[in-house]
Amino acid sequence: MIRVSKNPTVDTAAKLVAVAIGMFAFVFVVMVPLYDVLCDALGINGKTDGSQYTSVPVAIDDSRTVTVQFVATNNEGMPWEFGPSVTAMKVHPGAVNDTVFFARNPLSKDMVAQAIPSISPARAVKYFHKTECFCFNQQPLEANAKAEMPLQFIIDQDLPKDIQTITLSYTIFDVTDAVSGSLAAR
Amino acid sequence: MGDHHHGPAQGLSRWLFTTNHKDIGTMYLWFSFAMFILGGAFAMIIRAELFQPGMQLVEPAFFNQMTTLHGLIMVFGAIMPSFVGLANWMIPMMIGAPDMALPRMNNWSFWILPPAFLILASTLFMEGGAPAFGWTFYAPLSTTYAPPSVTYFIFSIHVLGLSSIMGSINIIATVMNMRAPGMTYMKMPLFVWTWLITAFLLVAVMPVLAGAVTMMLMDIHFGTSFFSAAGGGDPVLFQHVFWFFGHPEVYIIILPAFGVVSQIIPAFSRKPLFGYASMVYATAAIAFLSFIVWAHHMYTVGMPIAGELFFMYATMLIAVPTGVKVFNWITTMWRGSMSFETPMLFSIGFLVLFTIGGFTGLMLSIAPADFQYHDSYFVVAHFHYVMVAGAVFSMTAAVYYWLPKWCGRMYNETMGKTHFWISFIGFNVTFFPQHFVGLAGMPRRIPDYALQFADFNMMSSIGAFIYGASQIMFLYNVIATIVAGKPTSDEKVWDGAEGLEWTVATPAPYHTFETPPAVR
Ligand code: HEM
Ligand SMILES: [Cu+2]
Repeated sequence: MIRVSKNPTVDTAAKLVAVAIGMFAFVFVVMVPLYDVLCDALGINGKTDGSQYTSVPVAIDDSRTVTVQFVATNNEGMPWEFGPSVTAMKVHPGAVNDTVFFARNPLSKDMVAQAIPSISPARAVKYFHKTECFCFNQQPLEANAKAEMPLQFIIDQDLPKDIQTITLSYTIFDVTDAVSGSLAAR
Repeated sequence: MGDHHHGPAQGLSRWLFTTNHKDIGTMYLWFSFAMFILGGAFAMIIRAELFQPGMQLVEPAFFNQMTTLHGLIMVFGAIMPSFVGLANWMIPMMIGAPDMALPRMNNWSFWILPPAFLILASTLFMEGGAPAFGWTFYAPLSTTYAPPSVTYFIFSIHVLGLSSIMGSINIIATVMNMRAPGMTYMKMPLFVWTWLITAFLLVAVMPVLAGAVTMMLMDIHFGTSFFSAAGGGDPVLFQHVFWFFGHPEVYIIILPAFGVVSQIIPAFSRKPLFGYASMVYATAAIAFLSFIVWAHHMYTVGMPIAGELFFMYATMLIAVPTGVKVFNWITTMWRGSMSFETPMLFSIGFLVLFTIGGFTGLMLSIAPADFQYHDSYFVVAHFHYVMVAGAVFSMTAAVYYWLPKWCGRMYNETMGKTHFWISFIGFNVTFFPQHFVGLAGMPRRIPDYALQFADFNMMSSIGAFIYGASQIMFLYNVIATIVAGKPTSDEKVWDGAEGLEWTVATPAPYHTFETPPAVR
């Protein structure tokens, strides 16, 4: 056992202080990242990873059709009009699909929004790849402006056979204040 | 300091600057009692509002502040400091040490506590009111939707966490380094053992609590998004961090209580504790397991099935070492020549009621069933059986048991027994019906409820007023003992009591064991 001090009491106390500081650090350097890693790896929470997928060319599986539903929700107090252009699409695994969401800022001030995706069933998360998504970035909209926001995705061919419907839901948040506060979001 | 044989200093400075473990223990005990009364007053407001359906006394927002402050003050202000006070008084005397290992830090760890709670209580008078997000302060209620006073709340949690950590370091340093020669680990009284393990738990998880509130602080004031989905964070992360602290915390509360009963039951059964070694191992096992069960508080957040199952079985596993303890206490009493003085009554009350709480815990641990019980009054009933009838009853037993040693005077036994019976009845009338309304679907933390819950709630409220009032009798008895109790100078106040603390004079002198005792 390492001795920090000749005085056994000081020695014990110093080690315990180190443990306490270590546990405080543990929250930030282990628990928080581990949570994100686990959620990604296990696809729990319906969180898709926030990054772009580079497609690998694969054959399109015409034998299967999967229904993809789109849901849009405004977070409390978010005044934008926000929704999908179509509420559902029938797609084949392996195919590249495009759709758009539209948004309108009804207020007379410039705003910035962030859309957060979630997929159910959670098991489908791993097989839902987005090659292009407005949710990768924050969306600024000037006062009274409108925008069409593109989404491009591929359903993996390995999608378990029993999954026939996937729901992709976006919640849109007002992040204007956080952005103007200029401290970048994590 | 030089001269170690002087008595206490005079006046206020005695208390402000004292490094004497008995003085500090006394201050902790009185402080925690004051917090017990304050938290109790909040509970009375809650129960008065719930006496009848409909809104009669307070605004819903204020009601939420009451449930929040009641929980926080009882957990962090009443129960935890009371056991730290007991540790201060008893651990040096039980292991034959002259004082705590770090007496100056001891003074600090007490004196930062009252300001922390002053700040917490003062949030009641701030704009937007006190925190109203429950004692578990889940984000985003405690971040995005929190009142401005949340910053003061965070500060007070930081300070009281620091106090706990310092107190625990002191206890561990004392137990590891200050035992009298011959006092091997496996000869230590069980109260010392349970506190040693509790202190390790505290050092491990209080920093996690500090981390949780620090992340809240950063989300609120520094633009991070640990718990905010908009910025890529996740409110569920908060629950994981909180319960990683929170579940060990409930064992922090109950382990010292286990220690107390393990001292008292043998004394009044006039038999040594049955299965000493298994008690030690069971305590250690409980402490270890408490780190891997936290998500049983979160069955409904949408964990994968494997997670639900893991946390379910791990939680059920805790019932095994807990059962070992309960059986050991019962076996200790078996064929003992028992007598039923007040400390023993409270200990037996503890045993019966804690076991009920353990069983409801087992019911809650069943993941699929918990979807029904979660966030209902059933959970409220569960944790009051383990925390009030568990921790508070055992603390009350401890006060009656050691008070004569502390002040050299005997309390009024008749009043003590009356206090027990009124508490016991009041407690059960309050909390037993909450099982029923909970199972029938009454949610917790609401100021109003559906009509079908009316009768049981009225019972609950009446019981709460009875239980609350009986604590005044307790306070009266303690004060009357200190100022005018029947003097006693028997070293062994209780004929069946064992341990070094009963070998020193009564009342316990200001300094004890300046020369280490011989331990057989
Ligand atoms: C056999 C042992 C125990 C088991 C299996 C157990 C199990 C559980 C479970 C599953 C819950 C979550 C219920 C829900 O929210 O749906 C719970 C809540 C709780 N338990 Fe226990 N428990 C045990 C012992 C204890 C002890 C000894 C204490 C404290 C002294 C305690 C304090 C609490 C508290 C405070 C809560 C509620 C926290 C809150 O949401 O405010 N439990 N228990
Ligand atoms: Cu728990």
